[in-house]
Formats: sequence, C-alpha cells, structure tokens
Amino acid sequence: MEARPTTVAAIEVAALDKSFGDRRALAGVGFAVATGELLAVIGPNGAGKTTLLSIVAGSLGQDGGTVTIAEGRVGFVPQQPAFYRKLTVEENLELFARLEDVPDVDAAVEEMLSQTALGERRGDLAGTLSGGNQQRVNIAIGLLARPAVMLLDEPSTGLDARQRARLWEFVLGLAADGTTVIFTTHDIAEAERYGDRLLVLADGEALFDGDAEELHDEAGIESGDAEGAFVRFLGERGH
Amino acid sequence: MRWLLLKDLRLMWRSPLLTALLVIYPIVIAVLIGFALSGGPSKPRVALLNEVPPGSPLNVGGEEFDLVGARAELCDRIECVPASNREEARELVESGDVLGALVLPSDLIEKLQSLAGLTPEQPIVEVLVNEEDPVKGQLVDERIDSLLSDANLRISQRISDVSIGYLGILLDGGSLNFLGQGFEILGLRSAEAILREVRGELPKGGDSRAEIDRVIRFSALAAENLDVADDLLGAVSQPIQVDKEVVNGGSPSLDTFAIAVAATITLMFVTVLLVAGSLALEREENAFRRLVRGLVSPTVLLIEKIALGVGAALAVTLLMLAGLELFVSLQWQRFALWIPAIVAGGAAFAAFGAALGGATREVRAASLLAFMVLLPVAFLSLVPSGTVSPALFDAIGVFTALFPFDPSLRALEGALEEAGPSLTVAISHLAALALAYGLLARLALRRFG
Repeated sequence: MEARPTTVAAIEVAALDKSFGDRRALAGVGFAVATGELLAVIGPNGAGKTTLLSIVAGSLGQDGGTVTIAEGRVGFVPQQPAFYRKLTVEENLELFARLEDVPDVDAAVEEMLSQTALGERRGDLAGTLSGGNQQRVNIAIGLLARPAVMLLDEPSTGLDARQRARLWEFVLGLAADGTTVIFTTHDIAEAERYGDRLLVLADGEALFDGDAEELHDEAGIESGDAEGAFVRFLGERGH
Repeated sequence: MRWLLLKDLRLMWRSPLLTALLVIYPIVIAVLIGFALSGGPSKPRVALLNEVPPGSPLNVGGEEFDLVGARAELCDRIECVPASNREEARELVESGDVLGALVLPSDLIEKLQSLAGLTPEQPIVEVLVNEEDPVKGQLVDERIDSLLSDANLRISQRISDVSIGYLGILLDGGSLNFLGQGFEILGLRSAEAILREVRGELPKGGDSRAEIDRVIRFSALAAENLDVADDLLGAVSQPIQVDKEVVNGGSPSLDTFAIAVAATITLMFVTVLLVAGSLALEREENAFRRLVRGLVSPTVLLIEKIALGVGAALAVTLLMLAGLELFVSLQWQRFALWIPAIVAGGAAFAAFGAALGGATREVRAASLLAFMVLLPVAFLSLVPSGTVSPALFDAIGVFTALFPFDPSLRALEGALEEAGPSLTVAISHLAALALAYGLLARLALRRFG
C-alpha cells in the first residue's frame, strides 16, 4: 500500500521489508506522518507493529525500504520500562541525558521532571514507582533529547484508567507542541480516540491508512463499535 | 562510557548482598579447593626401571630377602608402568604419562649386601620426576618417601641385628673376617680380666712389657672396630639413598601455587559473575535496545563491561593478595608483574563473562550458567598429569586451554615467583582468549535486542 500524502511529512517510510528467518515480519510497508500528527498503529499480535517501530527507531535494521526523518531526532519508548530500577528517577534521567549528549543536562532533567510531574519522586528508586509513573519515566527518557518524532510502543499497557488518562493527556500535549507521535496499541478504541490516523498492520502488511471514520466505512459498520469494525475489516481481508 | 561505568558502580553499591557475595563466595571456594588439593590419588602411576640382573639373590646379614614379593608389594601400592631403559623412563615422565620413574641400578643388590659387611656402601636409587606443578611435585615426593621409608625400615632392622653381632664381638671377643683375612678379637671383657691378672702379678716397678703390648694392640683394634660400628650405625638410619632428578620444568613453591590458585579463583568468580550479570541486566531492564539506538554502540557497551570487570578484578585480587600477606610472605618486589597478570586474566575472564551474559536473558540465568561452566573448568585445570590416563589428560589439556582459568593461574604463578611458568606465554594465551570471547560476546549481542 502506498504512503498516504501529507502536508509536511516529519517522517516518511517507504517499502519496508523485514524477515526473521522464513517469517516475513514486514512486507513493503509505507506511510508518512505530518509534523504534530498522531499516528496509531494497530493490528493483531504478530502483525509487525513492534518490528516497524524498532526499525523506525534505528534499533533494528531493515532488509529493504527507507525511513526518512525530515529533521531532528527520533525518540523511542519501548513497551516495557527501559531504565535502571536501582537508580533514582533523577539519576536515570541524568544518565540518559548524558548519553544523549544533551547540552544542558540539569535543565533537561528539570524540564522532564516538571513535564511528567515526577518532581516529588525524583529521589525515589525507579523500580519502586507505580506502573503509571514508571511509564512516565520511560517516556520522559525518550523525550530528553527533544525528538521531532516520538515512537511509543503500546504505552498504555498495564495502566489503569486514571493512569491511561494522565498518560494520554501528556502525549497529546507533546503533539500539540509539534512533536510527531507514532504509537502502537491493542486497544482499538484508544487508537481511534487519540490517533489522528490509523495504520492497520496484519501479517506484516499495511492494510489500511486513514482515519477512524474511513475504517468504519471500509468495514461497513457505523461508528461507535470500533472493535467490531476492526475485526470485520480484518476478517474480510482474510486475517 | 564513564557514565555507564559510574552507573554500574552505583548499581553495585545499591546491591550490597550481591557485592558481598561476589567477594565472600570466591574466598570460600578457594579455601575448599585448597583443602581438596591436599589429597592425592590413591594409586599413582610410576614408571619402574629394574636394572638389577634377574635372579640376583639379596642376602643381608645371612637372611635372604624376597625380591619378587617386594616388587609385587610395591606394584600393589602404586601403578607400576614397566620401562625397558632409561630413555623410555625419562620420556614417560616428561610426557606426563607417569608421576615419576623409579630406577633400580644394577649394583643395588651388591651395595645392599655390603651394608651388612665391614665396607658398607650406601645403595642409591634414582628417581626421575616431572614437577610441572607444585602439587604434583609434592605428591611425587610424598609417594616416593613413603615407599622408600618402608624399604629402609626393613633393611635397617636387619642391619641393626648385624651391628649388634659386631658389638657382641667387641664385648666378648671372637673371630672376624675382613677382606678375606681372619682376625681374633680379644673382647673388652677378656681384656679387663687380663689386666686384672697382670696388675696383681706385676712386681712393683717390674718388666711386664709383653702383656702390656697385648693390651695396647687390643686398644688399637677396639678403636678400629668402633669405627666400623659408626659406619654401620650411619647406614642403619637411611640404608637406601635417593638421587632425585627433575626432568621437566621448575615449579614455584606450594605456597605460591596455593596463593595463585586462590587469587585465580577470586579473579574468575568476581569478574565473570560481575560482567555476565551486568550485561544480562541491560537486557533484563530492557535498557539495551534503548542504549544501542544511537546512544552507544554494542561494541562500546561491551568494552565498558570488560573494563568494569578488569577494574573489579584488579581491585579485589590486589586486596586479597594484601590480605594474604598477613599469613604468608609475598614477593612485593615483583608487584609490577602482578598487574599485567591480573589485568590479562581479568580481561579474558571479563570477555568470557560477556559471552555468557550475551547468551542469557536475565541476571539469574547468567549467574547460574557462569557457575555451571566455571567450577568444572577450574577443577579440571587443577588435575596434575600422571593422575589420570594420558589420553584423558591430553583431552583435559585441550579443553581447559579454551578457558581463561589455566592461563590465568600460570600468569599469576609466573608473576608471583620467578620459578613459575612463563608470564609472557600465559599473557599471550589470555590475550587470544580475551579476543576470541570478545568476538563471541559481540556476536551474542546481535541477538540481544
């Protein structure tokens, strides 16, 4: 499927291919995301969502295709908290800020503590925080270098409703400030609610790239039943 | 990289139990192995070259010894490997097929029999040993001392009987054969009786020259006979002498060897557990993918872990050696050689630990794998040649050469004492292993994310 044209593309992905042995994880995936846009990548387990994000983040090489970033850096927030549980929140932020070569480490740490509202927990060991707060630290680390594109791999997994709401409030704030956000999720309703656009992956193929209304139209289900529209859409295409 | 190092040190500081285990456990293991090393195999292989003409009877003081039975008894206590000549015996020792070789010279019987005569000559048996390591050297010494002590005890009992006979002649008189010539010995008691008689019969100021001359001759002979008794008594304590020849390599003292073993075991556990655990932690904490996403390359991460391991190895090993100084004397003038030995060993063990850490998904699995691999390798590396079959020993040698323990032990022995193995060879071996395991670790990191 061809990349959907956007006004100002912050990131453009074209014809991405990736195989693990005989298994084809991605097959010619392409899309583009505009600056400040939120793209939700959805699909069943094993669809290739995490592989796609890993390649865009640069932590996994592709077999074919290109990833073009207009400017700035890419921040990556993996699904599981990726920091040192025996370091404090502040020490984790400081370590990754130094590794990111952030010019003013102290200022960047203070800014992230402020943005994530974790200032009061700065001295706590990261491993002792709640799941929601750990995810906020996880995201804060990804934001330290002020990336132009932020990749979130299933950021709301394991969070309760209140924690999810706080998380999305934070992410929407980032997008409003001009950060392009690409996130994966299993929660179709969440994808529809927070994503400007949806990219549906199944068995490594991009089956759909459009907004929620278009997905409902394709599935022939009226809006309101996001889960049903998604399942029917996949079923009609043999997935 | 320094921030990663600082982070790892901070994590260690936050895990006092783990850090304490890293220090205490190797010391406990070192002590246990030290005790285990004090024991040896029950039946060591010893080459036996018997140059004594077949059928030669051994008669000491009129009593015949059962040579066939003695040989059977000897070979019941050791595994006798027959050698047909000295070259073969030497080759067996040099190759490590046997712990040592016992050479019974052709004049052994003749000299043994002379012990009961008036011109005793101490028989000498030759012992060829391969003291490639001090434990083996001590084992050979103990075995041969034990065997010869038994033989010496039996012979000395017989010689004691003969000596008592000579002393009887000195006391009571009798005939003595020396170099085919017969002598009549008056005896101290007879001499006393004669002197008493002479004293009573002699006129005051009379001429009793002839009797006095007899007494004078007896005195001279008695002195000569006492000289013979001295020689005999000297032979009684150690009838058979041992001429020991080391045919392959010098070796440091047992103390140095024990210190080197303890230090190598410490070095091994601290470094491997730390590096393997630290690398596995990057994966367990999901931090690896975040780190290698442009922050640091996997190679730099690997180098940081190895540097951490070398630093810890240097600190802990030097601390341990300093602690040992309270109990044994170390050659501190060789301190400059300790450093490269520890650094090379630390680097090889750290690279090995990185390969293990790269192969596992979590810290506990990495630690378990490390213990499972390290302990057997350490024990196998301490098996002396001659204690197992030659083919098995060769197989063990090839296997242990693939791991850093054996070259690290040799490097530390060489650094601690001049008589130790070549430091250059050991460090070169360790450098090659560090490189090989470093490459393996780098390959393992490719599937780490």
